[in-house]
Amino acid sequence: MTQLSPTVFLVFTAIKVIVVFTAILLAVAYMTLAERKVSAFIQDRLGPNRVGPFGLLQPIADGIKNVLKEETMPATANRFFFVLAPALSIVPALVTFAVIPVAAPLPTPWGVVDMVVADLPIGILYVLAFSSLGVYGLFLAGWSSNNKYSFLGGVRSSAQMVSYEVALGLSLIPVLILAGNVTLTEIVHQQQSLGFWYALPLSLSFLFFVISSFAETNRLPFDLPEAESELITGYHTEYSAMKFSMFFIAEYAHVLTASALMATLFLGGWSVPFWSGDDMFWRAGVLVAGLTESGQPILASPAWWKTLVTFVAFAVKTSFFVFLFIWVRWTLPRFRYDQVMHLGWKVMLPVALAYVILVAGTVLVLDQLGVEGFLFGSALTAVSGIATAGFIFFVDRDRILRGAPRGRLPVSSR
Amino acid sequence: MSSSYLPVLILLGVSVANAVGMLVASHVLNPRRPTPEKEMPYESGMIPLGDTRARFSVKFYMVALSFIIFDLETVFLIPWAVAARSLGWQAFAAVAVFTGVLVVGLIYEWRKGVLDWK
Repeated sequence: MTQLSPTVFLVFTAIKVIVVFTAILLAVAYMTLAERKVSAFIQDRLGPNRVGPFGLLQPIADGIKNVLKEETMPATANRFFFVLAPALSIVPALVTFAVIPVAAPLPTPWGVVDMVVADLPIGILYVLAFSSLGVYGLFLAGWSSNNKYSFLGGVRSSAQMVSYEVALGLSLIPVLILAGNVTLTEIVHQQQSLGFWYALPLSLSFLFFVISSFAETNRLPFDLPEAESELITGYHTEYSAMKFSMFFIAEYAHVLTASALMATLFLGGWSVPFWSGDDMFWRAGVLVAGLTESGQPILASPAWWKTLVTFVAFAVKTSFFVFLFIWVRWTLPRFRYDQVMHLGWKVMLPVALAYVILVAGTVLVLDQLGVEGFLFGSALTAVSGIATAGFIFFVDRDRILRGAPRGRLPVSSR
Repeated sequence: MSSSYLPVLILLGVSVANAVGMLVASHVLNPRRPTPEKEMPYESGMIPLGDTRARFSVKFYMVALSFIIFDLETVFLIPWAVAARSLGWQAFAAVAVFTGVLVVGLIYEWRKGVLDWK
């Protein structure tokens, strides 16, 4: 079980890039259908059901329509940036997925192929870097349209995205403390060897990561950049046809990547729960399943069916989060802008900082006591569970996130 | 391990080509029948009044400044976090002090009302 030779590596890389790229676009197309079907279900409607069986061809019809529709551009718009903005927002959204491992390594006659486009040594930093580039597309779209609503949407989205990026980054620190590495394959492996998904021992991080992912993808309850009732549709008001579609694809690609990240960082990635047959990782160029007591590597036995099973596990976990995104969108109302900012800066930032210190302290104490394995995970789960319960109990007690100020009551209750 | 970045470059190339392809395809295929009304900025059917490039709240600027500080803090925390378990208590104390200094800054900001949106 050795690594690939350079030429074979290149061939497989090309195949992986094409497969992953196509899969993302296909998934995005069907996520739009899923969104409409789920919203229809929640609102007791049927949803799209005319194009193909159960409306399954609807995304294709939408795609063709979007290419053939007339594009409008305000005469006062800045032409160059107006055209650049959709491209600038779609590219980072599609590229971010590259470092996420989607399944266990696949054995082939030429060697073992990693089921990740690029297992970069910087891993999670790459995700943070590229996902934050998305803000440029949105802001430029808002600014270049020369429309007041677009501009407000653009300004709002940039302020909101940078605010929650801080919380997002800080919620990742405990994961890095526990994993001791920034590559996503290693984080998956660490969860396997600990026997705990990080959602349990780092529950508050998980919660913060989910919340800030919603804010980063501009999804409800954080969709203020495109609040229909206030800003028409915010930064993409002036966009039509394919350019509008590109913003749409970018949003859903971000949702997909965020879901895959949550699954990878906090739910064990492609690892199948309660089964150690899929434990495999690289150590010094050799694929091993684990280490014996004396530190000797145990060779892993990859198989095509293991790759398939682990991919299904990954897909199920990711789909769950995609569904969560859709579910929340059609269930919760939108925040007010001051509430969004309060939650980001006055609640999540200080609590996330305190939690980093708490986790680091707990881990160091446990290490000093020589606690390992299952007991280590349980102790950390208990500490985090108390922190999370405390957070959920104390937040939203009208201390920081306030409703409408007194004296400005809704018309009906005056 | 510079070769591990090659796949990313390929994916980046494919994504950029895809984005350009989408723009060009719709530019070639779509009909163009502009009218003065279509080229007006859409403000719910009202004729736009005033200039878009107006002044806007300084709060957004303050948020951007705070973001730089705290995002940099996150970046500084990452190398420590990766090695936290082997560095032990000494590094923990250093990080606690570092975080403490920034929390004092956050409290100052909070008290000054920078984080209030009224």
